[in-house]
Amino acid sequence: MIQVNDIHKSFGEAQVLKGISTSFEAGQTSLIIGQSGAGKTVFLKSLLGLHTPEEGTIIYNGQMNTEMTIEDRRDFRKELGMVFQGSALFDSLNVEENVMFPLKMFTQQSKEEMLERVNFVLKRVNLENSNAKFPAELSGGMQKRVAIARAIVMNPKYLFCDEPNSGLDPSTSILIDNLIKEITEEYQIITVINTHDMNSVMEIGDKIVFLKNGVKAWEGSSKEIFKTDNKAVVDFVYSSNLFKKVRQAYLNDL
Amino acid sequence: MNYIEHVGKYFMMLGQVFKAPQKFRVFWEAFLRELEELGLKSIGIIGFISFFIGGVIALQTALNISDPLIPKMLIGFATKRSIILEFAPTFCSIILAGKVGSYITSSIGTMRVTEQIDALEIMGVNSLNHLILPKIFATIFFYPFLVILGMFLGIFGGWVAGKATGMFYEADYVMGIQYDFNEYLIIYALIKTIVFAFIIATVPSYHGYYVKGGSLEVGKASTQSVVWTIVIIVVANYFLTQMLLT
Repeated sequence: MIQVNDIHKSFGEAQVLKGISTSFEAGQTSLIIGQSGAGKTVFLKSLLGLHTPEEGTIIYNGQMNTEMTIEDRRDFRKELGMVFQGSALFDSLNVEENVMFPLKMFTQQSKEEMLERVNFVLKRVNLENSNAKFPAELSGGMQKRVAIARAIVMNPKYLFCDEPNSGLDPSTSILIDNLIKEITEEYQIITVINTHDMNSVMEIGDKIVFLKNGVKAWEGSSKEIFKTDNKAVVDFVYSSNLFKKVRQAYLNDL
Repeated sequence: MNYIEHVGKYFMMLGQVFKAPQKFRVFWEAFLRELEELGLKSIGIIGFISFFIGGVIALQTALNISDPLIPKMLIGFATKRSIILEFAPTFCSIILAGKVGSYITSSIGTMRVTEQIDALEIMGVNSLNHLILPKIFATIFFYPFLVILGMFLGIFGGWVAGKATGMFYEADYVMGIQYDFNEYLIIYALIKTIVFAFIIATVPSYHGYYVKGGSLEVGKASTQSVVWTIVIIVVANYFLTQMLLT
């Protein structure tokens, strides 16, 4: 479990996070949503340990961020996987080498053992027979799947995704969402996704945290978001006519 | 950010770079890769330029010796000294600063703006150590060989120029390059080369690692890193010469 207690983060005069508290459970897909500039990326980077909050604490399965040294933080990061918005695959390495990289860096496994694990995770993300391809030869969706494979190859306890659907077509988007959800439930990972994608919100959000101007304005599940009368959430999530109709239809069915 | 802050940040960067590699096998593979990228791929340009510059130095010296009382062996002697003392270590390093420096800044800078460095950090990798230490070892190990190659080809280029133009006799040239051979000058040149190799690996890495923005900023950082690397090499050359030869 990740427990976030009243974290504050500023950059110069700009106060970006103004006291956010929440928690993320294992086996759940948690989404952070909000308008651009609401503090989502800073919040995610604080969870990752890339930013240190000025106030408040983040407790990862009982381990507090404020008690971690740089070396502790590096050790802790071996337990987390991250899928970046642009995939962040290493250009000079092929798919197999990209996925194998964390294993080479942090395990004593033989080449055969590493290869077996790499092939297993590539199969898990439906990317067999692409081992020798370089990132530049892959489509956006395939790159995201390689990034997911690399993120889960070390069996992480935590999976963080920054806009995993950006730049993808709707069908690939759904594929990636379902893949993340399946992996989260299968391996009981704590998954936190930073997203703008309302399909993801409604399809895979076990828990949704809505940020507005650096504060948590709402929290609930994908079921509850249909029923909420929080104006800020309604204005943000149901800004398009299509989603307004979807919500109306859902409420009418109840 | 002022210059003092940059200097401070550069030395703090070195503090993270000079740590034991997290995995020796990964470091060794990266070292071999950098040896190829930064060293082997520079042999052609260094060989080509050294050969022709050696020829030009020999011809220029021959053209400027009109007094019959000055022995012609001075052509070989001057060519040898110019190449060993300055051309091979300093001029070759400036060429490498342009070729290799821009490559280092753009490759690390691109990794920065495409979040590849963030990906390394999030995995728990010391990205400074992982990316820069193999480059430092590769340049310090290989550039002395490149400079020695430059010395040989430069002196050989002078000999070929004499043969091709007939402006001086081969025997005079050979006597000149054998005359007053001082092995300390080679050591001096190699010490300079090692210092310059360190500068070539670290200054462009600094510019690439801390770049902010997109591809345009990476391009600007590459240009800036080449300029600063050359400036630092030239200043270091002055102080090294003063320390080692006076």
